Amino acid sequence: MPAIPRPFPDSASLAPTLAAGFAPLSARRLYIFGGIALIAGGLLFGDIFAVFILHQNAARQGEALSAASRAIAAGNAAAVNEWFGHLGNVLEDRGTKVDAHVHIIGAGYLALLLALVQPYIALSRQTKKSLAALFIAGGVLLPVGIFLIHYIGLSGSPFSTIGWASVLADSAGALLTLVLILQAWGFWKYVRSRQLSEPELGDEDSMSRRALLTGGTILVLLGLLHGAYYSGALLYEHERMETAILQRLISAATVGNLDAATAEINNFGNLAGARAVNIAAHSHIIEFGLLAMLLSFVQPLVFLSEKWKRRWVKLLLGGSVILPVFVLLELKLGMLAGGIADIGGLMVMVSLVGMLVGILRYSGGLDVAETDVAEADAAEGA
Amino acid sequence: MMTGSRKLLILGGMAFAALGMLYGLQYALLVEHQTLDHMGGSLSQSFAAAASRNAGESQAALEQYGETKYDYVRQVDAHSHWIGLATLMIVLGVIFERVNFSEGIRQLVAFSLLAGSALFPLAIILQTYHHGALVWKALAVVGSGLIIAALAATAWGFARPGTTG
Repeated sequence: MPAIPRPFPDSASLAPTLAAGFAPLSARRLYIFGGIALIAGGLLFGDIFAVFILHQNAARQGEALSAASRAIAAGNAAAVNEWFGHLGNVLEDRGTKVDAHVHIIGAGYLALLLALVQPYIALSRQTKKSLAALFIAGGVLLPVGIFLIHYIGLSGSPFSTIGWASVLADSAGALLTLVLILQAWGFWKYVRSRQLSEPELGDEDSMSRRALLTGGTILVLLGLLHGAYYSGALLYEHERMETAILQRLISAATVGNLDAATAEINNFGNLAGARAVNIAAHSHIIEFGLLAMLLSFVQPLVFLSEKWKRRWVKLLLGGSVILPVFVLLELKLGMLAGGIADIGGLMVMVSLVGMLVGILRYSGGLDVAETDVAEADAAEGA
Repeated sequence: MMTGSRKLLILGGMAFAALGMLYGLQYALLVEHQTLDHMGGSLSQSFAAAASRNAGESQAALEQYGETKYDYVRQVDAHSHWIGLATLMIVLGVIFERVNFSEGIRQLVAFSLLAGSALFPLAIILQTYHHGALVWKALAVVGSGLIIAALAATAWGFARPGTTG
C-alpha cells in the first residue's frame, strides 16, 4: 500500500452526519467490516477450492463411475453399491465446499446491504448493534457448519439423516432469517413514523462511485441475459443428455463393452463441466455486479485518494469481467482459462482488501478524533 | 426522500429475502437430505440392477433419478434466485432516486421488478409439481422478462443525464 499524501481524518475533515452513522462498534460499522471480510474470505476460499479441489474432485468422480461400470460388466452388484457410496462421498465433498463458498459470500452481501438500510430501521441503537453482531455470527457459523458436514457426517447425532454440522448450519440459517425479519419489522416502523434513526450514507458524486454503480448494473444485466439464454437454450437439453448418457453407459457396461462405457463417462464429465461453467459464469457475473453496486455506497467511507480509489475500482470491475468470461472459456481453452479466471477472482479480492484498508483508515481517524475530543473535555473539566 | 418506488423495492426485497431464506431453511430441514439420499440411491440402484442383469428395474431407477434431480435443481434454484433478486431489489431501492425518470415511471419499473421477482422463482417451484408443463415454463419466461426489462430500464435511467426528484 503506497503512502498517501493526506492526513488522517479528524473531526473537521469528516462530514459530521456521515461520521455519526459510523460510530465505533455501531451496527453500520459491524455490517460493513463484517460484510467485506466475509466476501473477501469467501472469494479466497473459492479460489483455493478452484485451484486445489475442483478438478481433482471431478477426476475422482470419473474414477468412481468407471469402477462402477466395471462392476456392472462383472455382474457384481455389491461392488456397484460400494463404488456409489464412494461417489456419494466425493459429491458431498464438492457440494458442501461450493455451498460454503456461496453462503459466506451471500451473507457478506446481505451484511453490506443491511449497512445501507440502517437509517431506515426504526429500532434502538443497542438493538441494531446486537442484531448486527448476531448477523455476522450467523454469517460465519452458517458456512462453517456447511463445510463441516462432510467431515462430521452423522457421528454422535441422534437424527437419522441430519448430523451436528447440519444442525449448526441450520441454526445459523434460522438466526440470519430471524435478524432479517426483525430488520423488516424495523423498516415497517420507519415507514409508519418516517423518522430516520441515523444519518444516511454520504451522497458524493465521484467518478469511482459512478463507475461502480453503472458497471455493476451492466454486469447484473449481462448475467441475467446469460441466465435467460442458458435456461432457454441449454438447461432442458442438458437434463435430457444426462439421462441419455447414463442410459448408454449402463447398456455398454452390461454387454461388457468397457471402451464404450469409458467414452460415455467422458461424455458425462464433459456435460457436467459444461453445466458447471455456465452456472458459475451466470452466478459470478451477477454477484460481482451486485458487489460493485454495494461498494459504490461505501465509497464515501473509503479514506484514500481519488486516484487510488479509481485503481481499486478498475481492478474490481476488471476482475469481475475476467472471471466469468474465462470460466466460460474453460470449455475451449481448458486449464489456461481456469488459471486466468482464478486471477480474476484474485483481482476482485485484492481490490476489496484495498477498499477495506481505506475504510479502516477512515474509522481509525474517526476514533482518534473522538478520543481527542473526549480527552480535551476531560482536561477542561479537571 | 423515501419515495413510493423505493419503499416498494426495499420492503418487497426484504420480504422476498426472508421468504427465500425461510423456504431454504424448511427445504434443508425437511426435504433436502431425503432428496439427496433418494437421488443417489436411485442412481446406485440403477447401476446395481444392471449388474444383476435386471434391465427393467435399472431403467425405472434411472428415470427416478432424472425426476428427483429435476426437482432438486429447481428447488435450489428457486431458493437462490429469490434471495438474489431480493438483494438486487434492496440495493436498487437505496439508490432508486438516481434513476432519471419521473416517479410514475420509476414505480412502474419497481413494480415490474417486484412482480418478476415473485413470479420467476414461483414458476420454478411449480415446475416441480408438473414436470415439463408449458404454462409454468411460460410463467418463468414472463417473470424473467419482467426482471430483465426492469433492469434494462434502470440502467438506462442511471445513464440518462439530468436529475429528477
